[in-house]
Amino acid sequence: MNKKTSFVPAIYVGFLIVPIYWLIIMSLKTMKEIESSFIPYPQALTLENFEFIFSDPAWYLGYLNALIYVLMNVAIAVTVAVPAAYAFSRYRFFGHRILFFGFLTFRMMAPAILLVPFVQIFSELNLIDTHIAVAIAHCFFNVPIAVWILEGFISSIPREMDESARIDGYGLLRYFRKILLPQIAPGIAVTAFFCFMFSWVEGLLANGLTVVDAKPINGIMTRAGSVMAADMPLIAAAGVLGLIPGVALIVFMRNHLARGFSMGRVV
Amino acid sequence: MNSYRQNLLGYSFLLPAILVMALCGVLPMAFVAYYSVHDTFGGNIFVWVGATWFKDVLASPEFHAALARSLGFSALVLAIEVPLGIYIALRMPTKGVMASVYIALMTIPLLTPSIVVGYLWAAMALPKAGLLYEVLAFLDLSLNMNNSIAAWLVLALMDCWHWTSLVVLLCFAGLRAIPDDYYRAARIDGAGNWAVFRYIQLPKLRIVLLVAILLRFMDSFIVYTEPYVVTHGGPGVSTTFLSHELVLKALVEFNLGEGGAMAVVYFLIVLSVSWAFFVLVVPKPEGRAGSARS
Repeated sequence: MNKKTSFVPAIYVGFLIVPIYWLIIMSLKTMKEIESSFIPYPQALTLENFEFIFSDPAWYLGYLNALIYVLMNVAIAVTVAVPAAYAFSRYRFFGHRILFFGFLTFRMMAPAILLVPFVQIFSELNLIDTHIAVAIAHCFFNVPIAVWILEGFISSIPREMDESARIDGYGLLRYFRKILLPQIAPGIAVTAFFCFMFSWVEGLLANGLTVVDAKPINGIMTRAGSVMAADMPLIAAAGVLGLIPGVALIVFMRNHLARGFSMGRVV
Repeated sequence: MNSYRQNLLGYSFLLPAILVMALCGVLPMAFVAYYSVHDTFGGNIFVWVGATWFKDVLASPEFHAALARSLGFSALVLAIEVPLGIYIALRMPTKGVMASVYIALMTIPLLTPSIVVGYLWAAMALPKAGLLYEVLAFLDLSLNMNNSIAAWLVLALMDCWHWTSLVVLLCFAGLRAIPDDYYRAARIDGAGNWAVFRYIQLPKLRIVLLVAILLRFMDSFIVYTEPYVVTHGGPGVSTTFLSHELVLKALVEFNLGEGGAMAVVYFLIVLSVSWAFFVLVVPKPEGRAGSARS
């Protein structure tokens, strides 16, 4: 790769950061200031937008609701994906390729297609407006991606490890717990990161399957934004708060990000 | 291990994942297929209508137009994001603090909820208050979101802002996996930058690039929330993409049959694209044992 310093990434990062900077600035203004003049730096800073959000449970619980179903989704996706990825990596069973392909196909379905049937299914199950409904719905794209990433990580562990564990008298469960899981811990972190990303970003199903109790911040912003005189600074403040979990995750994962994007399998 | 044991163990490990996918993938898809061959009254009485909805959908100019717009939008953003992503990845510092800082900052848009991205760019394009509007005005250009070309360009810019990083980071990871020896050998052979890119870097990027293109194609092909927030599908229907059309049919008009038929047609498109991808990317079982280690 290029050893010389280059301004290209810096320019690109600038292009990414400027809108975010502007979003933060806007969140610190009042509606009146925004309407009166365009000033790209803070003047009279106000925290009233944030105060409003933190004083209204409908708003601040939206973040909590989103976090709850995202974490549930990550837990479900990773839990079912680890054994599945192990099976795809280690066993040659009937329908191996077709099943792997089938999983991948669902990753590519549009949430818009599945929304109506999901509403029907979860109504039957009495699960509309619950976190678990959204968590399960988001599995259709996250389980495949999790299986796919983890398969790469597990396949990079030599099979001899399995065999020597068997010779040492490890049962399958003990092998999973003592050897496999510690070995693929970075892979699990990366998988969780990707699942978090796709579930946190998705809005259509999350909004369509919830009414009040599990309404994520997406839905609340949609409602606030669809009124005629949308309060842009308030929406900007909600947006800034919406960035925080992602940024926290990036800080937390900073040492694994580069390897994460190789999905464990890049040759 | 004999094949019986392989099958038994394989499927036991797969069972939880298969059950979850049956509930959240196969079952809803079966519902959609059911809608597509029935007419509904009040949402609970279904009458078999055969291929009627499919004929309607395939003959519907709105569907053709929405499909063309979606394909056009995917083509446009891929044409920008993929070359740009590769270029930026090639220019990234390989290691050091700056590399980590860049990676962290580039990941931020990827973790920004669609709705926030939508409102951010809707606000960017607002007259008087919007940054994009003001920057363009400073350059003596007026941004008019009632112009469909301007609306398309803003949507494309937004998509590039949101997702180019995915291509950059995937390619960056792919490039890091190339051993330094390759570059040394190339230098000894007197290879120029282009030759190094063409014969060393690009072939090594094949898999990650296919992954990036596939993810970007699919996600831009089904994009809904962001364009909806920025343009509401307008001006007119010029930014009403396939997902939006589906939502209008199925939820707003509550025409489950036609929505279902559209969804099935969409599913077949997805199926063929992902099959092509699968053949290109996922190595055959025989080939896998060798590459698994590296």
